[in-house]
Amino acid sequence: MNTEERYKKLLEIVKLYLPEDVSEDAISEESHFIDELNINSANLVDIVLDVEDAFDIMLENDDMDQMATVHDALVIIDKKLLEK
Amino acid sequence: MNRRVVITGLGVCAPNGIGLDAFSNALKNGTSGIRFQPKLADLNFGCQIAGEPLVPSNLVNNYFTPLQLRGLNSSGIVYGVIAGIDAWKDASLSLASDTEADWDSGIIFGTGILGVDKFREAIHLIDAGDVRRLGSTSVIQTMASGISAYLGGIIGCGNQVTTNSSACTTGTEGVLMGYERIASGKAERMLVGSCSDSGPYVWGGFDAMRILPRKYNQNASKASRPMSASAAGFVPGSGAGALVLESLESASKRGAKIYAEVLGGAVNSGGQRNGGSITAPNSLAVQRCIVSAIENSGIEKSEIDVINGHLTATTKDTDEIANWSTALERRGEDFPYINSFKGAVGHCLAAAGSIECVASVLQIDQGNVFGTINCEDVHPEITQIIDVSRIPQKTFAYQPKIVAKASFGFGDVNACVIFSAFNN
Repeated sequence: MNTEERYKKLLEIVKLYLPEDVSEDAISEESHFIDELNINSANLVDIVLDVEDAFDIMLENDDMDQMATVHDALVIIDKKLLEK
Repeated sequence: MNRRVVITGLGVCAPNGIGLDAFSNALKNGTSGIRFQPKLADLNFGCQIAGEPLVPSNLVNNYFTPLQLRGLNSSGIVYGVIAGIDAWKDASLSLASDTEADWDSGIIFGTGILGVDKFREAIHLIDAGDVRRLGSTSVIQTMASGISAYLGGIIGCGNQVTTNSSACTTGTEGVLMGYERIASGKAERMLVGSCSDSGPYVWGGFDAMRILPRKYNQNASKASRPMSASAAGFVPGSGAGALVLESLESASKRGAKIYAEVLGGAVNSGGQRNGGSITAPNSLAVQRCIVSAIENSGIEKSEIDVINGHLTATTKDTDEIANWSTALERRGEDFPYINSFKGAVGHCLAAAGSIECVASVLQIDQGNVFGTINCEDVHPEITQIIDVSRIPQKTFAYQPKIVAKASFGFGDVNACVIFSAFNN
């Protein structure tokens, strides 16, 4: 799975959690989940679970705390996939 | 001075019909919503039948966003949102704007227990040491007020948003709570209703109490037999009913259709004294509740045209008829018409009161008295009190002016509401 495929996979997950008034096109690698995409902070735990399922990895509490932007998430996913 | 309160919207998700048309046609024709439940048979239930709304899977897309549907495993929330949003739309009310809540509209939507299937999911994960896998919706789907929270968010209600719980009295009590809030000027519109989950984890406790019929597993539609000599226990059910209550001023101002007026009512408890217990009613309390509902509504006992009873199809039905007769000081042919919708839908537990209030109001709106099915053999002790002609088995055209609806519940709690045809 290359970087672009991982990004696409993550995008598929994240778009479900967008509020109705935020379009899928608004998502970029730099997007902040809560401040920019207006994702309900409660849903971040669901995004983490979906990421775990989609990439077959497991995130630790520290990872979750650091996952503020789409880019952060990709970095963590890359790291976990390498550790596998 | 109390303000007048009218009903401007109705919604229902019942075992024998979802939506007002399907539901009222089913009641008119005596169509049963009670069916054999293979999962209850697999689990060795004595009673393997139940009344469960058949919600088509694509229907939920009209009420929930894809995100809300993700991991949604609370049937009570599904039924409650369908009934609640339908009632709101039926009243031609809109959803609040994105920026400001509707401060004059509130919700009282009750339940007995919510999201049991979701809770079961959570229990399995927790017991496996996997609490982190619960996700974010475990709490909102299992908290009792989850149903009013879902509805409150969709509609944008800014007045009181809460959930009441008083066993099988819940739905009828909620109507009175909403009525009082509007009558006292604290709100203009209240969406009131109740819902009850489906499934073995809700119904199992009743099966264990051996108060459900066990001999009708092959003959489901005949099992719920209110007021009948062969009544063998109540058939468990589920679903939701909802009513939009509105101040007469607000309804008139916007030219809303008015189904009926809520004249008043009463709630009380028998204190589990004098024959009452946590599972059985104190008859004196039932009578007092009915009498006080009548006094509170400013009507005479003689003015009640139709009663929709609690009448669950147990041996207690005879006691209920006796209580109505004593309270109203009416018997024989002088007794009002009385019916029970539980013959067709079963006992929808916390949802019973609201589903039956919706049906009671439909009788006023349509000029019908819905027949009670499965009571061709009316209990002889009942016919000693009231004439058999007062228990219509088939639906017939009759315009009731005043309908009394009562519900009684575990905990020895009672509620009686008085509906009237609207007359300005």
